[in-house]
Amino acid sequence: MGRITLTNIDRAYGKVKILHDISLDVGDGEMLVLVGPSGCGKSTLLRLIAGLDRPTGGKIEIDGIDVTEVSAARRGLAMVFQSYALYPHMSVRQNLAFGLENIRMPKAEIDQRIAEASRMLEIAPYLDRRPGQLSGGQKQRVAIGRAVVRNPTAFLLDEPLSNLDAELRISTRAELAALHKRLATTMVYVTHDQVEAMTLADRIVVMRAGKIEQVGRPLDLYNAPANLFVAGFIGAPRMNLLPVKVRSASATQVDVDGPGGLSATVAVDGSALKPGDDATLGIRPHDIELSDGGKGAVEAHVTLAEALGPETVVHATIAGDNRLVAVLKHQGVETRGAPLSLVLPPERMHLFDSAGLRVASR
Amino acid sequence: MVGHPQRPVAKAPKDIVKVNIADRQPVREIGFATENYTEPFVHFDFMRYLRNSVFVTAMATLITLLTNSMAAFALSKYKFRGRDFTMLLIVGTLMVPLSVILVPLYSVVSAVGLLDSLWGVILPTVATPTGVFLLRQYMLTIPDELLDAARMDNASEWQIYWRIVLPLAAPALAVLAIFSVVWRWNDFLWPLVVLSRKELYTLQVGLNTYAGELNVQWHYILAMTVVTMIPVVLVFVFLQRYITSGIAGTGLK
Repeated sequence: MGRITLTNIDRAYGKVKILHDISLDVGDGEMLVLVGPSGCGKSTLLRLIAGLDRPTGGKIEIDGIDVTEVSAARRGLAMVFQSYALYPHMSVRQNLAFGLENIRMPKAEIDQRIAEASRMLEIAPYLDRRPGQLSGGQKQRVAIGRAVVRNPTAFLLDEPLSNLDAELRISTRAELAALHKRLATTMVYVTHDQVEAMTLADRIVVMRAGKIEQVGRPLDLYNAPANLFVAGFIGAPRMNLLPVKVRSASATQVDVDGPGGLSATVAVDGSALKPGDDATLGIRPHDIELSDGGKGAVEAHVTLAEALGPETVVHATIAGDNRLVAVLKHQGVETRGAPLSLVLPPERMHLFDSAGLRVASR
Repeated sequence: MVGHPQRPVAKAPKDIVKVNIADRQPVREIGFATENYTEPFVHFDFMRYLRNSVFVTAMATLITLLTNSMAAFALSKYKFRGRDFTMLLIVGTLMVPLSVILVPLYSVVSAVGLLDSLWGVILPTVATPTGVFLLRQYMLTIPDELLDAARMDNASEWQIYWRIVLPLAAPALAVLAIFSVVWRWNDFLWPLVVLSRKELYTLQVGLNTYAGELNVQWHYILAMTVVTMIPVVLVFVFLQRYITSGIAGTGLK
């Protein structure tokens, strides 16, 4: 079992509040990813769960037992650190054995667990080397191995891939996902990389400035971001956000006018909106299409076109200074400064009210 | 070195004494006087003093490393109110020379009954501000994540100190060990004050017995000084690498 429940967690350093009233429930065997920009408090939250730091308010429970005041060692969790934090003066084998020796596990069982973990993570050939003699990827495996041998109730991973080069990061990401599937142990994973979050998570927690912005499955967050921050954070390239004015609003649809002759009818519950209200229209770059000369097109000017082969990323402006990024599925011929007619499909649009909150669909 | 030729003494001032110039003998001569080295080993209790010196140096160095590293660990890895002030206070004692605190220190050692004992020489010297400072600065460079990892690995705070921090601070410990050996080996004033029984003398104090009130036996003092320098020279020869790297690493002189 590895169910972690956080209730109204606060953390302050002096007068500076880092975490505000965090409540979260991590299910058994779940891969929960905490994601947010740097300084949002996600690593602090992980340290609170680990027991390396104490909350100033609130309660932490593991499998229904209150562990708020329990020391890190007694919580039965294992952590993988961003810098790996391998003991540099010990061999890989000693690194793996250290935690087990501390709980006075019999030597035979330690050897067996190390053998098992080193086979699983393919670190057997360098068990007798020091961490200084390993490459970044190998160190990473050892760090994970040190967590695995402990057989913890849950893994806590603090940006474990951020020190790897791009190629290794992708392969290690896949291995982590496979490891999670095989072990079926709860994992809480901290990252600032939304691609990692999207690919690994069962559920994503988006954090900003010590608060949870949204919790949900990766595609739910992508398809229905709760507010402007999540909309801008999840998905790459980021969602285009355009300022619009409400022309008319009803419980089934909202008509809006935007820059560059943009006019759209979005099928959302607009009963809280009034004509004349400011709002923000969101549309993902991949949803934008090239106009075939029909109605409802928006006139844009290309500022940059990046041909990637299967698709072309077009940076454009509409009506002067409203930037727009479109990912067009063809090998583009757009050139800088050229006019371009784009279609923004209304069924793909997201509408946010003046407070930045999503206007829900019907 | 010094000869004592027979001098002819005139019986009466009027007598004329004639001395053949060919019979003169040199008053002084120059040569190797190895007896200055061998004599003290026979008459002077060199081996006993050596044993005392080695005991004092070894014990003082061991205890210095242990206590100073513990203080440095606390001052570098734990956050508590008054930590920086405590550090400042410790470093501040560098400005107080031994001669200033000699009398109160003597009273303390006397009160705890350590007068005329080698422990009376060892214990007051083990807490060195230089050592605490040197080790603390080094330990600040050990990443906190390592300690957190050890805490997750069920290590007690003592195990973190003993199995993680101490081994990683080995270069700084080596530097402090060298310093401590040199300091304690060369100590003179404090052992002279504490020790009064001759059989407890350390080498440096023992040498002092050659300096009497009226007569200083320089030939023995100088010869034995050369002998007492040998261990320190050896320490430098073999551990020079650590000294230079350690000094470069800590910015200490």
